[in-house]
Amino acid sequence: MNNNIYIYILVMSITIYLIRVLPLTIVRIPIENKFIRDFLYYVPYVTLSIMSFPAIIYATNNIISGLIALIIGIIASYKQLGLFKVTVICCVTVFIVELFI
Amino acid sequence: MAKITSPLLLYERNCYTMNINSLKRGFKDGIPIGLGYFAVAFSLGIVAVSAGISPFQGFITSLLVNASAGENAAFIAIRESVPYLQMAMIMIVSNMRYILMSFALSQKINPKENFIHRLILGFFLTDEYFALAISQDGYLDPYYSYGAFLFAVPCWATGTALGIMMGNILPSRITSALSVALYAMFMAIFIPPAKKDRNIAILIVICFISSYLVYKFTSISSSLSVIILTILISCLAALLMPRKEEKHE
Repeated sequence: MNNNIYIYILVMSITIYLIRVLPLTIVRIPIENKFIRDFLYYVPYVTLSIMSFPAIIYATNNIISGLIALIIGIIASYKQLGLFKVTVICCVTVFIVELFI
Repeated sequence: MAKITSPLLLYERNCYTMNINSLKRGFKDGIPIGLGYFAVAFSLGIVAVSAGISPFQGFITSLLVNASAGENAAFIAIRESVPYLQMAMIMIVSNMRYILMSFALSQKINPKENFIHRLILGFFLTDEYFALAISQDGYLDPYYSYGAFLFAVPCWATGTALGIMMGNILPSRITSALSVALYAMFMAIFIPPAKKDRNIAILIVICFISSYLVYKFTSISSSLSVIILTILISCLAALLMPRKEEKHE
């Protein structure tokens, strides 16, 4: 099975590269269609929020620490503290909360 | 000063050139990504061990594939010795969301920018990089992105290798704390725009609720749920809350 792993890696990397690069290289002009423009405008926010919740509360050892990190994270993000600070604040929050439970 | 009339000069002006400050700025924004990558890669390493993958093979896989959910599914598939074609199918299904992201990102890159940038940016397109890219105003500076990759990608690859070598050594308190890093970063990106655009605020609440309901009441895998909900909710949003036409970015 050992020599198969490299073929697996090859299959994996080619497949995923095609998925990632095809739309990016095929669509090279600004899209004029209003509906598609609006759709693409909303996609990032929609997809990021779906990926974050409920995943964040199940990522930690304990749902409570995840939930508190979520709330603190929303507040810190709302105050526009920036990527790095928000990330550190959330990680520290989980660590501290889990010291007490 | 003379007016710039030459089309060639205009072309030069519109595109980004190699810039050390862009690289530095990207590198700094790549730190939280790398931090989160490291934690996820570690846990991924533990799955890889069960598939009989060596630290070197894990390192290469992470370098070439760059996908958490995708690699997780792939390692499980390797463990089960699936046929190669099936492996390709697994990769397509668990990474279909990248088609959408790549589509959205295609509009963030200056059409005049050198084609090679699209080929490189596509290779490194991950959830985290996508989040970072869309948080930039106007067209994307490729060199800013390369700065971010410079820090984040090695974290991802070495994290996987280290996870394979000593996945169970890092205290679970630490991995638990690090595991929220990615989501924290996502929040730092999708929450601030909600302040200015009330539609986005409404949308986020709808997304949270529907994502939770799908998780709780269906057995749809999370990668499939992301793509289905993204298409559905974004379509509805575009239909029900069309934006006032703004000037092109």
